[in-house]
Amino acid sequence: MAKINTAEELEKLKEEYRQKDEEWDCVINFCGGTACQGSGAQKVLNALKNKLADIEDNMDIELRVTGCHGFCEQGPLAVIQPQDLLYVNITEDDVEQIIEKTVLNNEEIEDLFYNEAEKEDKIKSDKEIPFYKNQERIVFENNGVIDATSVEDYIAEGGYSALSRALSEFTPREVIEEVKESGLKGRGGAGFPAGVKWEICYDREADLKYIICNAYEGDLGRSLLEGNPHLIIEGMIIGGYAIGASRGFIYVRTEYPIAVDHTHRALDQARELGFLGEDIFGSGFDFDLEVRRGAGAFVAGEETALMHSIEGKRGMPTQRPPFPAERGLWGNPTNINNVETWANVPYIINRGAEWFSSIGTENSTGTKVFSLEGKINNTGLIEVPMGITLREIIFDIGGGIPEGKEFKAVQTGGPSGGCIPAELLDLEVDFEKLEEANSMMGSGGMVVMDEDTCMVDVAKYFMQFLEDESCGKCPPCRVGVPKMLEILDRITNGNGGPEDLEKLADLGDTVKNSSLCGLGQTAANPVLSTLEHFKNEYEEHIYDKACQALVCEDLLYYNIIEEECRSCDQCKQACPVDTIVGTPGEDPYYIVDEGCIRCGSCIEACPFDAIEMKPGQKEN
Amino acid sequence: MDFKKVDEIIARHRGKAEEKIPPLIPILQDIQDEYGWLPEQAFVKTSRQLDIPLVNLYGVATFYNEFRLKPIGNYHISVCMGTACHVQGAPRILSELERKLEIADGEITPDEKYSLETSSCFGCCAIAPAIMVNGEYHGKMDKKKVDELLENIEQEKEDEKVKQNG
Ligand SMILES: Cc1cc2nc3c(=O)[nH]c(=O)nc-3n(C[C@H](O)[C@H](O)[C@H](O)COP(=O)(O)O)c2cc1C
Ligand code: FES
Repeated sequence: MAKINTAEELEKLKEEYRQKDEEWDCVINFCGGTACQGSGAQKVLNALKNKLADIEDNMDIELRVTGCHGFCEQGPLAVIQPQDLLYVNITEDDVEQIIEKTVLNNEEIEDLFYNEAEKEDKIKSDKEIPFYKNQERIVFENNGVIDATSVEDYIAEGGYSALSRALSEFTPREVIEEVKESGLKGRGGAGFPAGVKWEICYDREADLKYIICNAYEGDLGRSLLEGNPHLIIEGMIIGGYAIGASRGFIYVRTEYPIAVDHTHRALDQARELGFLGEDIFGSGFDFDLEVRRGAGAFVAGEETALMHSIEGKRGMPTQRPPFPAERGLWGNPTNINNVETWANVPYIINRGAEWFSSIGTENSTGTKVFSLEGKINNTGLIEVPMGITLREIIFDIGGGIPEGKEFKAVQTGGPSGGCIPAELLDLEVDFEKLEEANSMMGSGGMVVMDEDTCMVDVAKYFMQFLEDESCGKCPPCRVGVPKMLEILDRITNGNGGPEDLEKLADLGDTVKNSSLCGLGQTAANPVLSTLEHFKNEYEEHIYDKACQALVCEDLLYYNIIEEECRSCDQCKQACPVDTIVGTPGEDPYYIVDEGCIRCGSCIEACPFDAIEMKPGQKEN
Repeated sequence: MDFKKVDEIIARHRGKAEEKIPPLIPILQDIQDEYGWLPEQAFVKTSRQLDIPLVNLYGVATFYNEFRLKPIGNYHISVCMGTACHVQGAPRILSELERKLEIADGEITPDEKYSLETSSCFGCCAIAPAIMVNGEYHGKMDKKKVDELLENIEQEKEDEKVKQNG
């Protein structure tokens, strides 16, 4: 591929690729995202390839492996064009008929249509499905449509035109003004206005400046880099131009191997086409990017820690100021933004600040990508305008809670976010409102919890995680978090006392107010927010020694229902610790609680549903 | 074990590093990619060549969860302990694996066939609870699927033995 030097050359290339795209008789947009891989997509893909290789037909069929479509719960999935059919839960056995019927003979396969939970109707096009219909997709728009390893696909969708525009029509100052005017706030947690941050770095005089893309944590960063890496790269080059940086890093987790691989490939392509390197678009601007794999430490997502990690040191945070814009990588001015922040930049340049700020709320403009997880029907990745209510997200898009269970809470903001209860379902989601509800935006996780989730256990889970991940530098976090965990352990073991709740709240306040970095400062959130909204659960654990959600193993027991037991001996045979007593065909069996390890083998083995878990302590 | 690869890795990074010091973490990552873990000899070599005290290397390697100071088994199983996986029952998946393999998180079976570790998040929360076997994702796990998976691996091993002997 030859280097592209002008906007006209880019436009010509785009037309060429567009044309080529239109010549296909059929395109299968098959999701190659990680979640679909986990549901067996690779086997289906291999079968598709084999089958396509076999057919001798004069049709032009393109099998395009795309990034995540968002609807991961229904994977493996594919959208077939031009019929615009969404097929979900595809297995190897379906491949034959997909090709024979749909691709070659234009027939629809109703069995592969999406079926909304507890509803009769099957829906054949993604545009009709509530999950997609209620979203507003900008940064995620092209994820399920293009092949991430093909720069042609990206260019055909208008890729790199924002870069070309920025370099030819905007001065660096004007780019910054545009981003400021758009109101774009950092998507990585704190919500600091991106344009303002850029300006601070722009104003520093230095020979060498860096920019960094923080794609450390989260489904979204992974999905974007897996599915549309050029978008991030384009955003970063524009940012580099605005700030006056000549080098940059994309910091992504090792645990996301597909994202790492696709980003590497995209960088090579961008270099080949001259979007990276020297004299980009003949503008005299030089810039290059490198991938750095984060080595697995949550705190290394914090900006100062991340920079230490790139420098090859332990990823421990340091005091700010100095801020990265003053003293960043190897002492040079550095601008760091979250991956989703960068992804918005090309759109702002192409469509304008006014367009961008017309989406969302007054103080939080644009859209936000969330990863819907946990006890919800439609798990996956969604993009919605800021200001949408939690209710709309969870019930309209997410399709509500499975098995008719009761919604209990939604946890937002990652490990140091908070749990928002049902009373606040009408909360409009933006930076300010989430903070008012004692939670935060974080990098966009939304974990839905239902009646089977124990909130004390959830708090304990987060404290365990944060204890592991605390870097150990400052005492409030290093000592305070384990102390809080100790109390939570006690409560969930059945040894909690009435004074423990006050102690927790006290300690939480101290850790929050005196820790060095964001990790410690927010570490108490999971405990404080569950204490605020779910105090009754803590009290049940302490006073009744019972876990109503049947999660805390010391506060529940296994019980054989006498009336249901047919003495078939299945449970006894399944029990790995021989703690079930009985003789086949005789009296109902029973469980000796002392030996029981709560493994659940007996419940699974029982053909008569005669074994149950009960909250509280067994009375013998 | 042959440690020539370590020299190659360091030379490769030295070649492209624009900063004064070659990037330490990518070097350790590449060594681990090569050997599956960080053997002591590799540490010593890296320390000498980069002129970084061994203690600092050790500090970096033990700070990040990714680095392993113990070898892994032929089948390396990683269990996601992220939030979504937690609420969907990851702890039970882990204890099932621990019970079946008779090793704890971070350990390797005496015959070096299996090793087990936990991860903070795979980033595919939609298919929670998830585990990974030699880099391959398996989603929506439950006890039954864990048992099946282990049986399949055993079967695979049997098949291989037959192939080798025949
Ligand atoms: C413990 C901790 C972990 C963090 N992890 C991430 C992360 O994974 N991704 C991210 O973009 N920001 C993370 N941040 C926030 C970063 O420090 C930084 O504010 C952000 O990358 C700036 O980008 P933005 O202005 O575009 O939001 C983390 C902060 C803390 C305190
Ligand atoms: S990974 Fe396939 S839809 Fe998300």
